[in-house]
Amino acid sequence: MPRKISEYIIESLIKLSGFLVIIFVFLIFLFLLRDSLSLFRVYRVGEFLFGRNWLPISEPPKFGIVPLLLGSIYVTVGAIIICVPMGVAAAMFIAEVAPASLKHILKSLVEILASIPSVVLGFIGIVWLSPFLKHTFALPTGMCGLTGSLLLAFMALPTIISISEDALVGVPRTYKEAAFGLGATRWQALWRIVLPCASSGIIAGVMLGIGRVIGETMVVMMVTGNSPVVPVSILQPLRTLTATIAGEMGETVSGSEHYFALFAVGLVLFIITFIINFIADSCLRRARK
Amino acid sequence: MSAEGKKMNAAKIREKIAFSVLGLVTLFVVMPILMIIFYIVKNSIGAINWEFVTQPPRNGMKEGGIFPAIVGTIVLVVGTMLFSLPLSVLSAIYLVEYAKDNFFTRSIKLSVVNLSGIPSIVYGLFGFTLFVLFLKLGTSILAGSLTLAIMSLPVIITATKEALESVPVSFREISLSLGATRWQTVRYCVLPYALPGILTGTVLSLSRAAGETAPILFTVAAFYLPRLPRSVFDQVMALPYHLYVIATQVPNIPVALSFATCFVLIALVFLMNLVSIVLRAHFRKKKLW
Repeated sequence: MPRKISEYIIESLIKLSGFLVIIFVFLIFLFLLRDSLSLFRVYRVGEFLFGRNWLPISEPPKFGIVPLLLGSIYVTVGAIIICVPMGVAAAMFIAEVAPASLKHILKSLVEILASIPSVVLGFIGIVWLSPFLKHTFALPTGMCGLTGSLLLAFMALPTIISISEDALVGVPRTYKEAAFGLGATRWQALWRIVLPCASSGIIAGVMLGIGRVIGETMVVMMVTGNSPVVPVSILQPLRTLTATIAGEMGETVSGSEHYFALFAVGLVLFIITFIINFIADSCLRRARK
Repeated sequence: MSAEGKKMNAAKIREKIAFSVLGLVTLFVVMPILMIIFYIVKNSIGAINWEFVTQPPRNGMKEGGIFPAIVGTIVLVVGTMLFSLPLSVLSAIYLVEYAKDNFFTRSIKLSVVNLSGIPSIVYGLFGFTLFVLFLKLGTSILAGSLTLAIMSLPVIITATKEALESVPVSFREISLSLGATRWQTVRYCVLPYALPGILTGTVLSLSRAAGETAPILFTVAAFYLPRLPRSVFDQVMALPYHLYVIATQVPNIPVALSFATCFVLIALVFLMNLVSIVLRAHFRKKKLW
């Protein structure tokens, strides 16, 4: 029967699509691993992971990712310190304090922020934020870790706000009502009851925000000064893992050690974000229960 | 006033202070969004004209327009949709309508979570080794669209899943009880009602893809190519990459041109967001249950 056959075909396609999603993750991992292993055949893993010098075109080249890893960590920690308190506070305001009409406007604004392409924020960083920071804090250069942190904090805000807000709204109303019944003010109920109950969801939002910040490329490449040295302070030019790949890939010869080293950096990024997302996902699942 | 009353008052005052602080922080979050948009509009308004959006760049990009970049971005968005939409919708149908709770299903779900967290630059690396080199597609529209499509998968899958899950179970039960097969049920009783949600999610994720720079850096983007693409194996210019190039790579580009490019990119992304909002509002009015 033709109907049976067409149905069989479409259902096989549906199953195949599900399978393909798994395949893609495997392929990404395999291709990164394949090219990384080509590096580790000629370059020691220990020197790659713990080397303090990233000098890809010197003779002999050095591929130590410590300066890049620290660059990413500095920028990320800076961004998180700024955006987590702000994001959670804004989520609390939107979820519990703002009247309905204001809530609607605020949520749309956050959605607008989420949709601004990162290259646009990087451009704003170049023409406005970095000169501003340079003058205000009398820095030697505005192209530094702090500029990157501020912009990345801004980029991570929508993720943190929307997931935290969902978590806060998801707390059963009866909890709050019980607190009110005992004479608590709205703030006391929010701070002592709703916030702790929503903590799993909020942590998930923060983790996803961190994932977004570590993986962000264009902003950091455009504003952090691109200097692959072990950073001492966040006010200094530095360079992240992502910016290294984006900045150097175009100049390498495919098949060279340098080329493979960039894939190894990609593999490190892949593993870091995999762990972060895994944690975030298990937090989200705990929050749903 | 009794001690009890004083305590009550102090709690009220603390609530006022706390809510004011939350409001202030929220203001700090949303003000920069408006400022950035205002700043871009103000600085680009002089450079935006008919010539700018319909002419190719001239004189080493110092004059002329950005027409090829606009076309390139639109071509990439369409290509991304062609590859991503069918695959995402089918996988989501599998997850919601067919999947049993087994290892395979959990692997798909974990893969989706993982895909959504992979940094865009890692997609760029992957697209470069798999599509450009391994499958020998070269730096081309095809390679770039495929890379962006894989990046868009998790967002569209998640949106489609939510849309499918929001269709009441009773719809499926009635259809199945009338003797329809599972595919007929999905095709005639679930998909039509989930369509608005699917479309909204798709347009939203495509607007992200339109603004992405890192995945197209090595897979499709052309530094300077003042003509239109002739086949899917051509390189194209793209708005976000063009902005990156004129803002950082080429000296002495009039800053007004960068602002104007920024404006066009943001306008395109916002327009797509607007389409998804209108779609959502339109279908919500027609919702029958």
